[in-house]
Amino acid sequence: MVKKLRYTNALAVLLTVAGLSAPALAGSEDVVVENAWSRASIGVNRPGAAYMTVRNTGEDAVTLTGLATPLAMMPEIHESKTNSDGVSSMAPAGEITIEPGQSVALEPGGLHAMLMKLQEPMTEGENFPLTLTFSDGGKVTVEVPILGIAARGPKG
Amino acid sequence: MQRRQLLLYGAAGAGVLGLTLFVGWWRVDGPGAPEPKGQRPLPLSAMEFRLTDHEENEVGPGNLIGRPTMVFFGFTYCPDVCPTTLSDISGWLEELGDEASEMNVVFITVDPERDTVEAMAEYVGYFHPVIRGWTGPEDQIARAAEGFRASFERVPTEGGGYTMNHTAGVFLFDAEGELVTMIDYHEPREFAVPKIRRALTEDVEGAT
Repeated sequence: MVKKLRYTNALAVLLTVAGLSAPALAGSEDVVVENAWSRASIGVNRPGAAYMTVRNTGEDAVTLTGLATPLAMMPEIHESKTNSDGVSSMAPAGEITIEPGQSVALEPGGLHAMLMKLQEPMTEGENFPLTLTFSDGGKVTVEVPILGIAARGPKG
Repeated sequence: MQRRQLLLYGAAGAGVLGLTLFVGWWRVDGPGAPEPKGQRPLPLSAMEFRLTDHEENEVGPGNLIGRPTMVFFGFTYCPDVCPTTLSDISGWLEELGDEASEMNVVFITVDPERDTVEAMAEYVGYFHPVIRGWTGPEDQIARAAEGFRASFERVPTEGGGYTMNHTAGVFLFDAEGELVTMIDYHEPREFAVPKIRRALTEDVEGAT
């Protein structure tokens, strides 16, 4: 019981500190990133890809404008598309706006965080930080676990 | 007079409209229509190309006849669609279990410049052991793609690199080398696996 109370207090302090230090943002503080994962790479020459769900739990639309990570010099959101002839192509997706209460899925065969110019190989079992930047100046950083090359989803 | 002129214009207008519709029909659905783009792949026995597999064996379409076959095109510098296709196929093969070893499963690169035999060997090593990686000179890869009615195109990217657009579906052939069907990459397992089983049973029926 005492222990539980202490945890609650600690949480309250943490929330207060976080609340105080957060700049005045419109929306991005309500962004939640779930189920982040990525595939291991072979060396550093090939680009990597990371996937996740970006959920806007707030009441204002948020716009995802960019990515940053120490792992790759050129991280960018790309989108794979397959046309009516069955030919697939990939191109930068540009800015992505998420309406209040909505989420955007970065998943295989669609939107993905393309990690170009890897600074080191992506090794199975490790993590790397990925920062999502929003148009209101807010940033959300997630730890992305690196799964095997043949992983099909966040659970491997 | 005015009324007559109006009728004349009306008739001419209807005539032009009719002609436009006819020309449109002729060119889109009628005898003047272009050959459909999504043509059927040739049977494997009618294809001609020579490539090298990831164990440095000389291979061609003839190697695939006699067992049901899955073929798909891709490249190893592809971060999203290709590993997804390979891991989806690996999943289908796992579900097939022992039957998987009765199939040919071939990944043909559309990027031979970067996908050398060694690169293909390392890459396919991470996926289901049945999957073979084929590469070779660009003209032979182009001939292979032509036979499958697949397409690929090199696209420059910012930063001086390039990526490849390519046909992403999986071609499924029976043991005689006739196309059974296509499987969309990323097709759910519950649809993909029965299609593969069909190719496997056609093989059994053909043998009896």
